[in-house]
Amino acid sequence: MNTPILTTEKLKAFYILEVHSTQKVVKAVNEVDLQVQENEIYGIAGESGCGKSTLLKALAAVIEPPLRQLDGKVSYYVNGMATDVSSLSADEKRKLRWEYVSYVPQGSMSVLNPVIKIKDTYRDFITSHVKGKSREEAFKMAERQLAELGLPLQIMDAYPHQLSGGMRQRVTIALAALLEPRLIIADEPTTALDVVVQRGVVQMLKEIQGRLRNTIVLVTHDMGVHANIADRIGIMYAGKMVEEAPTEVIFNKPLHPYTQFLVNSLPKFGDKSPRDSVPGNPPSLANLPAGCPFHPRCPYAMAICKEKMPDYIPVESNHKVACWLIEEGRNGQVA
Amino acid sequence: MDKLLEVDQLTKVFSFGSITSRIRFTAVHNVSFFLKPAEIFTLAGESGCGKTTTAKMILGFEEPTSGIIRYNGKTKQRKEKVWFTEGVQAIFHFNTFNPLRTVDRYFFETIQNYKLAKNEDAAVALIEQKLQAVGLSYHEFAGKYPNEFSGGQLQRISIARALLTEPILLIADEPVSMVDASLRMSIVNLFKKLRDEFGMSVLYITHDLATAYYVSDRIAIMFRGNIVEMGNVEQVLMNPRHPYTQLLRDSIPQADPALRWAGKVNLNETEQEEYLKQGCRFAGRCPMAMDICRQHVPADILIENVLVKCHLYSGEEVPGEPVTVHSL
Repeated sequence: MNTPILTTEKLKAFYILEVHSTQKVVKAVNEVDLQVQENEIYGIAGESGCGKSTLLKALAAVIEPPLRQLDGKVSYYVNGMATDVSSLSADEKRKLRWEYVSYVPQGSMSVLNPVIKIKDTYRDFITSHVKGKSREEAFKMAERQLAELGLPLQIMDAYPHQLSGGMRQRVTIALAALLEPRLIIADEPTTALDVVVQRGVVQMLKEIQGRLRNTIVLVTHDMGVHANIADRIGIMYAGKMVEEAPTEVIFNKPLHPYTQFLVNSLPKFGDKSPRDSVPGNPPSLANLPAGCPFHPRCPYAMAICKEKMPDYIPVESNHKVACWLIEEGRNGQVA
Repeated sequence: MDKLLEVDQLTKVFSFGSITSRIRFTAVHNVSFFLKPAEIFTLAGESGCGKTTTAKMILGFEEPTSGIIRYNGKTKQRKEKVWFTEGVQAIFHFNTFNPLRTVDRYFFETIQNYKLAKNEDAAVALIEQKLQAVGLSYHEFAGKYPNEFSGGQLQRISIARALLTEPILLIADEPVSMVDASLRMSIVNLFKKLRDEFGMSVLYITHDLATAYYVSDRIAIMFRGNIVEMGNVEQVLMNPRHPYTQLLRDSIPQADPALRWAGKVNLNETEQEEYLKQGCRFAGRCPMAMDICRQHVPADILIENVLVKCHLYSGEEVPGEPVTVHSL
């Protein structure tokens, strides 16, 4: 369990925009330290606009202007060897993709080619990443995988618009898992799906992970999905990681006030007591408040919160928090 | 009868294809329900179950194939919309604001259309009052374009705009589906406040059963055009009788890692297959399907004030132990 597969060190990825010759910097990923282990499902949670998707872009090494990686590094561990992603050439990156790391993008509606059938999408995919497969072999491979994942075989002859959103999402995930990558990065795979279909998608991700014993990095804002699938969860707020712990700890003993809001705001069955949402609005990443970015919304904000960002420190071996309340030693007594 | 809105045997048939190979497709089939004053009624179901089509028919965007919609005891006729829209307002899941117009223009336009204020000062005062009801204020809103607000704020602004005519019924079509989980609560809390303080009724259309349970008084579960279970929200969601409701209820991700999903769901049929089914449309996925389910459409059965459309309960006056699908 303790072999890392993906690490980031002080990763900084900003969008740098020039509007009418004034520079605008959007600090989407700001000094993120992350270590993802082999054979685990790592969840990243946070509100929309907190930099989750940008972090994934950096992890998948698809950084394109205006997004720039200013500092820090992302390393993959290919066969036990650390490889700095930014040092790779485009060709080397291409070789790693889908065989070592694959990416399930947000919005399955728009990623499948609408004018070719699903089986041709599979063929395109197989012929460009695996050498020496004929058309028939590619179709066989696709059929075998669909059968394994319990998807109906009729969809091979369907066009994307003939399938429901949930089915398309599952086809996208199946494609990402086809070459048995060691690392799958999934961006909001269940958002905008309804509950039964969402359950089907989560079930499929778990099944793939169980079979390949690989790693899935899953981003979603739905804490219910995280509770169901993730082994460890990292909470992101305004471009920074604010808390990281095993799933049980995040839900039962959250330490950061923001995590407490996230967990406590969820409605539960059998309990109609009024629930509060997080007060205020998330800050703009182009204009962050000084100090801890959560302080304008935090009910426990102190003077120091407005001046300095707290360090991201471990409270236990597998539980890290960035909050002054913890540094001041009022460990866990904020709630 | 204190029925604010009554929908009786509403049916909508869509047909497509050419003249020679026409496919008729019943999107909404004999749907009946009513709303009482000061009540939040939820219409829930997965995507493609006909809940939005029902809302469109109530709002007059779509002509029903058959069935009657009564509002305050009056039947709605074509081309007389003003008396209706004054009392019934709608909000939608997508952002309905034009990105090139400032949002306050929508407010002034509504005020003009319904002649709600005599002059500009009165109009501003009215807008201020409605914005305060949703937790915003006029000065942080005037002259801004939609892209300057967050998704949750825009949703609250569209609710404020709907409140201008002082409606007694708000039809909310998936108001929280595009909003973050933490912002969802602020919107459903607003519905509660509108009901308790202004006596408004809300027809809340959603697929999110967790917020539906939290906010609503009564609920109807739709599946492929039919209402399969309807009744008090406590009874329907805490003790679901129809196998589909049980499946839905089980599929809600609980924010508790100790309560993970056990078992599997079967999603191997496409939507069209289910719509064109004979008999019960859920039979293909139902773990307790019997032969009769595949041939005959079940009747509506009333058990303890809950309407259930399922063969499992036919002939039952008083229910025994409810059958569960936890072994799914």
